[in-house]
Amino acid sequence: MLAGRTGEENLVIRGARVLDPAEGVDATLDVRIDGGVIAQLGSGLDTNEHRVIDAAGLTLAPAFIDPHVHLRTPGREDEETIESGTAAAAAGGYCAILAVPNTDPVVDDADVLRGLRARAAEEAVIPVGFLAAITKGQDGEELTEMGALADAGAAGFTDDGRPVATAGVMRRALQYNAVTGRMIAVHCEEQSLTRGGHAHAGQVAAELGLGGWPSLGESLMVARDLDLAAETGQPVHLMHLSARESVDHLRRALAAGVRASGEATPHHLCLTEEAVRSLDPNLKMNPPLRAEDDRRALLDALRDGTIAAIATDHAPHSPEEKDVPFEAAPFGVTGLETSFAALYTTLVEPGVLTLETVLRRMSAGPAAIFGLERPRVALGAPANLTLIDTNGSWRVKAEQFRSRSLNSWLLGQRLRGRIVLTVAAGRTVFEQ
Amino acid sequence: MTDLRVVGGELLPPANERRHLLSIADLTKDEVERLLATARSFALSQERDNKKLPTLRGRLILNVFYESSTRTSSSFELAAKRLSADTMTLKAAGSSVDKGESLKDTALTLSAYDPDVIVLRHPEVGAAQYIAQVTDARVVNAGDGKHQHPTQALLDLHTMREAFGRLEGLQVAIVGDVLHSRVARSLVQALELVGAGAILVGPPALLPAGLAPATHDISAIADADVVYVLRMQKERMLAGANFVPSLREYTAHWGITPARLREGQRVMHPGPMNRGVEIDARVADSDASLVVDQVRAGLVVRMAVLYDLLTTGPVAVETAVGVA
Repeated sequence: MLAGRTGEENLVIRGARVLDPAEGVDATLDVRIDGGVIAQLGSGLDTNEHRVIDAAGLTLAPAFIDPHVHLRTPGREDEETIESGTAAAAAGGYCAILAVPNTDPVVDDADVLRGLRARAAEEAVIPVGFLAAITKGQDGEELTEMGALADAGAAGFTDDGRPVATAGVMRRALQYNAVTGRMIAVHCEEQSLTRGGHAHAGQVAAELGLGGWPSLGESLMVARDLDLAAETGQPVHLMHLSARESVDHLRRALAAGVRASGEATPHHLCLTEEAVRSLDPNLKMNPPLRAEDDRRALLDALRDGTIAAIATDHAPHSPEEKDVPFEAAPFGVTGLETSFAALYTTLVEPGVLTLETVLRRMSAGPAAIFGLERPRVALGAPANLTLIDTNGSWRVKAEQFRSRSLNSWLLGQRLRGRIVLTVAAGRTVFEQ
Repeated sequence: MTDLRVVGGELLPPANERRHLLSIADLTKDEVERLLATARSFALSQERDNKKLPTLRGRLILNVFYESSTRTSSSFELAAKRLSADTMTLKAAGSSVDKGESLKDTALTLSAYDPDVIVLRHPEVGAAQYIAQVTDARVVNAGDGKHQHPTQALLDLHTMREAFGRLEGLQVAIVGDVLHSRVARSLVQALELVGAGAILVGPPALLPAGLAPATHDISAIADADVVYVLRMQKERMLAGANFVPSLREYTAHWGITPARLREGQRVMHPGPMNRGVEIDARVADSDASLVVDQVRAGLVVRMAVLYDLLTTGPVAVETAVGVA
């Protein structure tokens, strides 16, 4: 399902704290990679004349998988390309990403998909999977040829950016998706409640006079799609969850045996509606930043596994789109290059989340949801590794980004937890 | 208007700072008092035959209006003229804005004239703050979307103080479409700042939670000293919007009629009024109405705001205003 190059890198990473929570590994080890595959773990390893990276004091973990990226290609290559987006992901410690299909044209046709996969095979810095649309043109009316799209390599299906507005169409999509065996990921938004909304319908929007986007606009759709998943017996993945009520619905459904999963973004985990008081367009996203009790519910869900994945919803926008007053700005922020550091600085260092939880939700979690091979630090596994420096700090600056877009909510902020090396599919794809 | 200092215990503007008036939330109580005191001085100056003051001679004040306005644009223009500033009013209709020019480019174009103050009205929340970021001018927010209209709130405070002789302890019932009202948002904050109370009264779907005590029951206006009537924006009341079923229904439940007022209550309205909708014509024309006082207050308060933003350093108000 992933398109992109693989490599046969020979490398020894020496003396890092190797931390793979899903494998139960936490030890200071050398890791030798032969031909792109992890060949030996231990201490004082033979280097076999491989290049040696001295990683004493650093942390080596399974590289990350981002199941929710807007690559803007085709159509808005000025904002992001397959090459720039995957380079950004590599710099963020990712070994694979999934791109969503709300492009121009929409990825609702096997030929468009095949074209993208061919381009990715050429220019992707790390492997990339493409989610195809659930409905033609993402109009929510007519199903795409999901079977043909799956055969052409669709990594799953989503109408992200928009909901599948009617329950009848969503039910048919879930039913038919039994044929593909891929995941359906849903953007939960009841638009009759969110139209005209620019920020969470809470205290801050009331004070600022911003149109409200209420929690109910999400949770009502979450409840519907969980009920549909239960009724059809088909799995559903809930994208970018933001509201406490949505988390409650998901936890209940999971307890009842519904095949469901959820993801949360770094910005919803780190920020609340209070940040919107600045009226900085780089704090405008869909769904919006919510209240502190919503953020706490997301953190609880991340800890107990109700939410198994962290996804950036990396959404590049051009300067002329974002350099406008808040209400005129489109939704969306970038995130690939800063996700781990933002989470590490805001949540891990202060002790809100453990490093193990963050690593699991950024790697093993999304892999399991979308049926991708889990990045592992284990003998015989393809090298999908990220090396993290938690010692120093740096200030986020526009010129550092590999993404073509600069609409980051972290510009100017000081972060810790820097990615210094990424190996994806056996190739070194990023080195600081 | 941040980081203002009170010089020598008097309410005077600080030295050499580029300041803006973007939101009532940025003001302290002392700053509000200073602006109201300055407005009062200017009101005295406006009783003379020669109403023009030399204070801002040589200064350039640009009024940029992306939304229609009668009161606000005309009073800013007149306020600038009474202070001897050069002034120019740009309306979006008929300008390059019609040709799709972005707010940024319009701002940069106007900046080339080195304006001292840009007065901006714009349909989007945060537009005034944005202009403050991309130009070197001092910026006065004359209304940004549903967010803020700070000079309206200041002129309302001025009007109330003139009518009641005080602000502290006054009770104000704000009636109508609070949800879409920048006037209400600014006024609620301003009243809180000066120790007055606010209650919001109107259709449930038009009362956002969290601003002030709120009720749909019109009888709640009985305890108020001031009944502040908001304009019922007809465009919000199109069929299908469903905030209220109809204008007729609105008027029946929340229209301010003589029968709903008690002796001694005063009525205010930011204008323009929809007579027969949110306010009965008999109320609008009664002695209880302060609507004309509000318009008069608009001039002197806006003079005070322009003066305040452009005065650097401690200059006694009386001296600068030339009140004998």
